[in-house]
Amino acid sequence: MNIHFFKFASLLYLIGTLAYLAYILFLKGTLSKIAVTVVSIGFASHTLALITRYVEAGHTPVTNLHESLSFFAWMIIGILLMANLKYRIKVLGSFLTPIALILMLFAFALPKEIFPLAPVLKSFWHPFHVIFAFLGNAIFTLTFCCGVMYLIQEHQLKSKKMGAITKRLPPLNLLDDLSYQSLKFGFPLLTLGIITGAVWAEYAWGRYWNWDPKETWSLITWLLYAALLHQRLTVGWRGRKAAIMAIVGFLAVLFTFLGVNLILPGLHSYSNW
Amino acid sequence: MELLVVGLNHNTAPIEIRECLAFSEDKMEDALSKVHALPSVKENMIVSTCNRVEVYAATRETEKAVHDLRDFFSQYHGISLKDFEKSLYTHVGEEAVRHIFRVASSLDSMVLGEPQILGQIKEAYDLAQQANTSGLILHRLLHRAFHVAKKVRTETKIAISAVSVSSVAVELAEKIFGTLEKKTVLLIGAGEMCELAARHLVSGGIEKILVTNRTYERAVSLAQEFRGEAIPFEEMGLGLKKTDIVISATNSPQYLIGHDQITKVIRDRKQRPIFFIDIADPRDIEPKVGDIENVYLYNIDDLQKVANNNIKDREKEAQKAETIVQDEVVKFVNWYRSLEVTPTIIALREKFEAIRNRELGKILSLYPNLTEKEKQSLEAMTSAIINKILHGPLTLLKQTDEETMADLYLDTLRTLFQLPEKSDREKETED
Repeated sequence: MNIHFFKFASLLYLIGTLAYLAYILFLKGTLSKIAVTVVSIGFASHTLALITRYVEAGHTPVTNLHESLSFFAWMIIGILLMANLKYRIKVLGSFLTPIALILMLFAFALPKEIFPLAPVLKSFWHPFHVIFAFLGNAIFTLTFCCGVMYLIQEHQLKSKKMGAITKRLPPLNLLDDLSYQSLKFGFPLLTLGIITGAVWAEYAWGRYWNWDPKETWSLITWLLYAALLHQRLTVGWRGRKAAIMAIVGFLAVLFTFLGVNLILPGLHSYSNW
Repeated sequence: MELLVVGLNHNTAPIEIRECLAFSEDKMEDALSKVHALPSVKENMIVSTCNRVEVYAATRETEKAVHDLRDFFSQYHGISLKDFEKSLYTHVGEEAVRHIFRVASSLDSMVLGEPQILGQIKEAYDLAQQANTSGLILHRLLHRAFHVAKKVRTETKIAISAVSVSSVAVELAEKIFGTLEKKTVLLIGAGEMCELAARHLVSGGIEKILVTNRTYERAVSLAQEFRGEAIPFEEMGLGLKKTDIVISATNSPQYLIGHDQITKVIRDRKQRPIFFIDIADPRDIEPKVGDIENVYLYNIDDLQKVANNNIKDREKEAQKAETIVQDEVVKFVNWYRSLEVTPTIIALREKFEAIRNRELGKILSLYPNLTEKEKQSLEAMTSAIINKILHGPLTLLKQTDEETMADLYLDTLRTLFQLPEKSDREKETED
């Protein structure tokens, strides 16, 4: 059952992505309305997919790569829909939805069967760990998109090209503000994700910290975002530097999430498909 | 009835002539009623803005009305017709319809796509309505014009980007700061240029204005005008720390603001961005200032370049708008022609009906013993014959789009069937 909901959600994200891309091209209000509606229905279907999978599996469905990718995409769309409520940046969807779609397609290509839970994952802490970590990552995806938009927009304004691109992207201040706000939410979540992970590691392996690649890289990611937050708070870093840092941070997020699993073997590699 | 417009605009007349022929708002009612008093004019409306003065009219005697309106311009303003005759244009019928549609859609404006003209036309129409000088034709014409203008605005991108230097500056400021609310602008120099730019920003929502000038008194007087704050010239650095936007337009022969100074200012401001607009010639701000992070520097040429690009975009969009206008002109002209067609059709039907009744009467009196059913059959049959005969020609008439053909058919019908003259018919239906 969950697979049907999952497929339906993927299809709607695909349509939503196309509508959002058409919107950024033609700037027609109806297109963005269609996109939001389609993506919202997709999100609802995706939510049902996760719930039914939870029921069918009997545990939080974030135990292999297919599930993780799907969960990550779900959170990204959730963050997009939430950001839509507070900020009136319609083009945000044109950036975030394609990312979610790529994750979904990736998840789509992977084996989707439900496996019995590995003993190491049977823990009270595991669901907390993945929810915090992925929520943090999803928010950082938003920060990343703001950074990309900021750099493009800033380049346009600095080079005095006021054309099609300037018109489509939001004002610099708004992007910087959203970037900062998202950092303030994302950072504590990432921190909680790492702490709950450490607690869980204590239960599973008897040690809080094992210096396995996943842990090392999440620490690097954490340090990058900590540095960004620190600079923003103290020196008043903003704009371009902050945008670049947000992009670098997100690359670290991606590497921690995917690169480590695919390239570096370690304790977290149980989640190999 | 024929529609016509007589007038002049920024393309045909210099400002001096336009000023002389303009109608101020308080005199509008008087002018409207004077035009209304002309026997050749049935309906009229006057549009008077800084860029155009036009009288729209509906008339039955086109040539006379054109002549009368030209005289009206001359007499009302007490200027000899010879002095402005060359500036006047006249559009009749379909061309007049196209003209008002283009004007309302801002396709005939000095700044293509500028939004004020539609409001001005609406005002002119309201005045004509209050003065009771507009009627069925102008009413319909103007409502169609508003509709066309709205359609052009929503279906083309003609009004989407800024085309004047000041509006480009406001648009840029909005792309940097999001909103201009709670933002501060510092004017360096108290000349006309600064004042003009400041006015635009104030209408864009700027909250606070600081003014600095070499002569402190002038700074104070300009600051008072905007309820702002004057800063002594020596303390300009302080102003730079507090402001978000700087507009500089002094006559200083060398740079007033340098790279190193702003590097320090930005650091003191904790990197809050500043937008410099240098409209001075020679420039007041060292160009290198624009390289500093979170500083955006535009000089007058940069702004002009953006404005020019946007103008080119508007011209492209204007072509789409012309197509919309053309479609609407055709629709309107069809409606307006149907006004003429209808009386002829009624007359024709009445004539046939009269013949039928007469002949039917004769038959019925010849055969008084017919049953009720037989009488009804005769009625129905004769009616059907008339309807079948008329069906083809009437459909053709209603569908004929081409004016000359429609006129030809109408004339032919009237002559062949000896129908009453068009104008009499029209008078009857109107009264």
